[in-house]
Amino acid sequence: MDIKKEQNGTTLTMALSGRLDTVAAVDFEKELNASLDGVESLIFDCAELTYVASSGLRSFLMVQKRMNKQGKMVMRHVQDAVMEVLTMTGFDDLLQIEK
Amino acid sequence: MKTDEFRIEAKVENLPDVIAFATGTLTDRCPLRARMHVELVTEEIFVNIASYAYPETGGFVTIRRSGGEGPEGLTLIFIDGGIPYDPLQKPDPDLTLSLEERPVGGLGVFLVKELVDEVRYEHKDGNNVLTVRKIIGDDE
Repeated sequence: MDIKKEQNGTTLTMALSGRLDTVAAVDFEKELNASLDGVESLIFDCAELTYVASSGLRSFLMVQKRMNKQGKMVMRHVQDAVMEVLTMTGFDDLLQIEK
Repeated sequence: MKTDEFRIEAKVENLPDVIAFATGTLTDRCPLRARMHVELVTEEIFVNIASYAYPETGGFVTIRRSGGEGPEGLTLIFIDGGIPYDPLQKPDPDLTLSLEERPVGGLGVFLVKELVDEVRYEHKDGNNVLTVRKIIGDDE
């Protein structure tokens, strides 16, 4: 998975592209841990995200818990394939998702 | 039906090779959604084995594959000689819990159960044997 970051003040946009599988989730969490200090608004642009496994869901859950303490988080442009997994696991109720 | 077999070290970094084998009989006519489901099921099962089956020694996984898009569906059998463990005994996660209450794990096996038509575990000759079958329908 590729991550493109764009920071504008306390707003951080991360454009995710490719597959958020178990291998990618390790790097994703490292990247998040290194990027979120002082961020109050976190936006994931998921337009190019094609696949998510349970390890990736776990990453989203962890970052949502953190962002609840310091601001907000939203997922945008979620594709059908990824949305299906989010819905199946009830994550559509836990995360703020804009299709 | 022809059965192919693939043996590989149970390490997470081997995931791309395992997925390539598992989807090896699917053709260009296979709906992308069904292919994605097969990839996801394969990932969840293989990563579970790679993470938990051989905590000390490391070890191997054997995967048997038969069928594909035909009426019998695609059957994948995952065999490991690690710690005896029946993932199907694990209770399904409570999807109604709030964000703070949600445990971070336990979703992989649930996804497998949701995405296949048949799933079966047996402990046989000292091995964990997990069989999944998925019908690849046109509606997917």
